[in-house]
Amino acid sequence: MTGSLPGGFDAVVEEFQALEERERLELLLDFANGLPELPEHLRQHPELLEPVPECQSPVFVHVDVDGSGAEAAVHVHLSAPKEAPTTRGFAGILAEGMRGLDAAGVLAVPDDVPGRLGLDRAVSPLRLRGMSGMLHRIQRQVREKAGV
Amino acid sequence: MPVEHDTDPKLAAYAHPERLVTTGWLADRLGSPGLVVVESSEDVLLYDTGHIEGAVKIDWHTELNDPVTRDYVDGEGFAALMRAKGIARDDTVVIYGDKNNWWAAYALWVFSLFGHEDVRLLDGGRAKWEAEGRAWTTDPAQPKDVDYPVVERRDEDIRAFMDDVKGHLGKPMVDVRSPEEYTGARTHMPAYPEEGALRGGHIPGAQSVPWARAVADDGGFKAREELEAIYQQEKGLSPDDDVIAYCRIGERSSHSWFVLTHLLGFPKVRNYDGSWTEWGNAVRVPIVKGDEPGSV
Repeated sequence: MTGSLPGGFDAVVEEFQALEERERLELLLDFANGLPELPEHLRQHPELLEPVPECQSPVFVHVDVDGSGAEAAVHVHLSAPKEAPTTRGFAGILAEGMRGLDAAGVLAVPDDVPGRLGLDRAVSPLRLRGMSGMLHRIQRQVREKAGV
Repeated sequence: MPVEHDTDPKLAAYAHPERLVTTGWLADRLGSPGLVVVESSEDVLLYDTGHIEGAVKIDWHTELNDPVTRDYVDGEGFAALMRAKGIARDDTVVIYGDKNNWWAAYALWVFSLFGHEDVRLLDGGRAKWEAEGRAWTTDPAQPKDVDYPVVERRDEDIRAFMDDVKGHLGKPMVDVRSPEEYTGARTHMPAYPEEGALRGGHIPGAQSVPWARAVADDGGFKAREELEAIYQQEKGLSPDDDVIAYCRIGERSSHSWFVLTHLLGFPKVRNYDGSWTEWGNAVRVPIVKGDEPGSV
């Protein structure tokens, strides 16, 4: 599977797959703790954030795109409350995996990334669907903003 | 030996005050012999970020369900789980969780299927404990070394299956999901994920009472008279009714089951855990769309 996913996702998937199930949850907690804070311009303008109702927690996503087209640089911003560490963990994985990607790279992230983490037994399907919800909304914003 | 009941006046008004404890009561009794505190949160990582001192975690997703069949664990499985968590058959179990105790109520309902005698909820759950500035710890719990007998699950009193619901059409039913789920209005848009049921709507005759209407501003349950105003005066339910509650997978309806059974004292309430993921996907069962309960 090496090299099959865009951006940092291969490394993330490998990291999860190398662990036992119990430890995968601990790694997910690390990602939750590592989710970057929203940048200043979004903290000032929370109305720019798009809610992700699939997550059943107040989760928000916003994508900044520099320029347009497939090679436009994408900056993904996600916020999730401390009271929802699992969701925060998934947001952290998406933020990490997409760091430095261009529009084409973000759009190439496959739907089944959540499933590849090997968390389906430890975390409910609803939660994984929440992660897909975040991914789909990020990709839709990228399509709209980069015009691809 | 059961631990004494919480005599708080708010709780005393409920039909079965022995099923709830307040945060202050619990804080004063942590570590008491015969008391086991259990966290059962929807977010399975939350316990690891900090839990009430000494509390053990029960994961509703991996530990209460059978891994193969869509069902709960059996008597052997439940006994093994209880031993692993250090819970004896005559222990007082106090359960708390996130999201206004959705999953805590669900765990309590599963404990009830096995007839565990003394199982209570922490009124207000995690949110109230947090709001009051009470302590969390990340120290791992040290479950006691205990035995727990194998007791077979007894479903018929408090659990409804699809056939029971079919036979119940025309009798009182409560749909505790959001209004959008009830009416069937919630549909997916392009590039938005789809819901897990083929059709939206509700079971014919079911009244809409979203579960969260039973929750007060502080995250605890509303006072008894406020609950009576909703379920009895507004919805016309009566304590002698035979009631079935359902939601999407049976967890939110455990919360409403708790309200009707233990707070309002309805003796015959069943939770239909198959809920909308079963009913909304089943072949040739009737559904109703829109605001009105409707009929078959």
